[in-house]
Amino acid sequence: MADGGDEPDEAEELSGRQKAEIAKWFLANAPAGEIQYVAKDVRSILGDDGIYEMAAAEAYPVHNKAHLIALQMPDRSGEVLITAYGELDKNNYFEPRTAQVATVDHVKQVCTNVRPASDEELPSPYIEEFRSTLADELSKYVGETYPKGTCAVYCISGKDAEGPGADFEFVIVISAAKYSPQNFCNGRWQSIWNVDFKDDPQFVEIKGKILVGSHYFEEGNVHLDAKNEFKDSTIFQSPEDCAASITNIICHRETEFMASLEESYVHLPDTTFKDLRRKLPVTRTLFPWNNTLQFSLTRDITRELEIGQ
Amino acid sequence: MEAAMDLMRRISPKESETALSTLLSLLPHHSADLLSQVDLPLQVCMDQHLMKEFILCEYNRDADSYRSPWSNKYFPPLEDGPLPSAQLRKLEIEANEVFTVYRDQYYEGGISSVYIWEDHNESFIACFLIKKDGSRTGHGRRGYLQEGSWDAVHVIEVGPEEEGTAHYCLTSTVMLSLTTENKSSGTFNLSGSIRRQMSHDLSVAEGHLCNMGKMIEEMEGKLRNSLDQVYFGKTREMVCTLRPPPPDGIQLRLPEN
Repeated sequence: MADGGDEPDEAEELSGRQKAEIAKWFLANAPAGEIQYVAKDVRSILGDDGIYEMAAAEAYPVHNKAHLIALQMPDRSGEVLITAYGELDKNNYFEPRTAQVATVDHVKQVCTNVRPASDEELPSPYIEEFRSTLADELSKYVGETYPKGTCAVYCISGKDAEGPGADFEFVIVISAAKYSPQNFCNGRWQSIWNVDFKDDPQFVEIKGKILVGSHYFEEGNVHLDAKNEFKDSTIFQSPEDCAASITNIICHRETEFMASLEESYVHLPDTTFKDLRRKLPVTRTLFPWNNTLQFSLTRDITRELEIGQ
Repeated sequence: MEAAMDLMRRISPKESETALSTLLSLLPHHSADLLSQVDLPLQVCMDQHLMKEFILCEYNRDADSYRSPWSNKYFPPLEDGPLPSAQLRKLEIEANEVFTVYRDQYYEGGISSVYIWEDHNESFIACFLIKKDGSRTGHGRRGYLQEGSWDAVHVIEVGPEEEGTAHYCLTSTVMLSLTTENKSSGTFNLSGSIRRQMSHDLSVAEGHLCNMGKMIEEMEGKLRNSLDQVYFGKTREMVCTLRPPPPDGIQLRLPEN
């Protein structure tokens, strides 16, 4: 089929580009851990591997970054998170803990190679001290809190500052996923915290957002999406004190968010859900299907009364 | 077709309209199958004669018009639109009246419509529809929901009467979405759809409407319960797997300084 078939007599038939756009939409909207299954379906519906591969090449990187997926690095040095903050180019991602650059295959969702980061890619020793102290403190917290969690701390501005007197900014990414397709259930947690170190006044501004998604689909399809945003601040101190207070703030906010999520679930059966449909009728007894004549009769009387008025 | 149905159970129900329309454009030769197997949130239309809203579905559609269960007329007007037989229309009128009361008692608001039409061999099909906007700007009595919708479709096939009994086959779908929102807890949304079937052979002594009504009431109760207990419960379990709650008695680490 000709590309971009815009001829009016072909209005019913989609162009290759349109099909690819549809395929991309499905891939981009795949729930956590399900893109491979969505891809299989899309491929079979399209019946055209060329179009599918074009769509997959564009959609997978977007999906992988949005879902902050963690990939095992081939040298067993741990996992690299696929994030916009560590992206050097489409297939290369900076891993700050090991100071490596990981090359990834987006569609296969694997890391194929790692190399040590170059000096230009790394922060200055002054910044790195703040960053690595915070990263260490944070991985203790993530390790204790998320059974499948991964975190990374990136310096996204001011990484070359040699000493006090400069502003710089970190982004903390926490990502946890649990895929259980045999139980028809997948979920993910992600939180992203922007930490802005201001030299004058000595102040650290923290902005965060948490996103939680969970999908259960055994003979049905139910999605949970929960999110919230936060703002907080602390004093610009030594690397150790900053690491401790920032980690404490994050721990506190995330625990609070989790508690409010639980509360939303607790309120579901008796309050929230009731506004959609009650468990029992307002009469608190099952509907009198055996005796519905009363409703028709009452209506007739009401009608007659209305006419009589 | 199998792949299309698998996609529909993966994509969030909030996106089901977009998903279905794109599938229809990719698989035009499967459009009849897709339209009958995929349920979408219900649409409503105003009966211009009685100024009363009714629900649209494939069962009251002819060309681009839909028949109102209230006035038995098509909107936009359609000449020679098919109508149910006088006998079934009588049952349809009664079903609409009674179902309105049922809907009010369980839903405290919302819109309902019932359509009945002839099937082959002296059997008939009835379709009971309910649409409820439970948001605080809609019919949410308690005002807990920022956004809340419940759409129920019950299609019931009633076989011919034999020795005082008839075979009833009910297929029910519920689609819902609820969102709560506030500063401290953020946005919390649950959306979902489930479909179940149920069949019974019942005595027609009490009438078809009584039998159909009881089956629908039982089914709606079951669907609501499994959404609440099973489906919502599973998504909650998953969140607790991702971030297990701290054991009781352990204090929050409070910010120092």
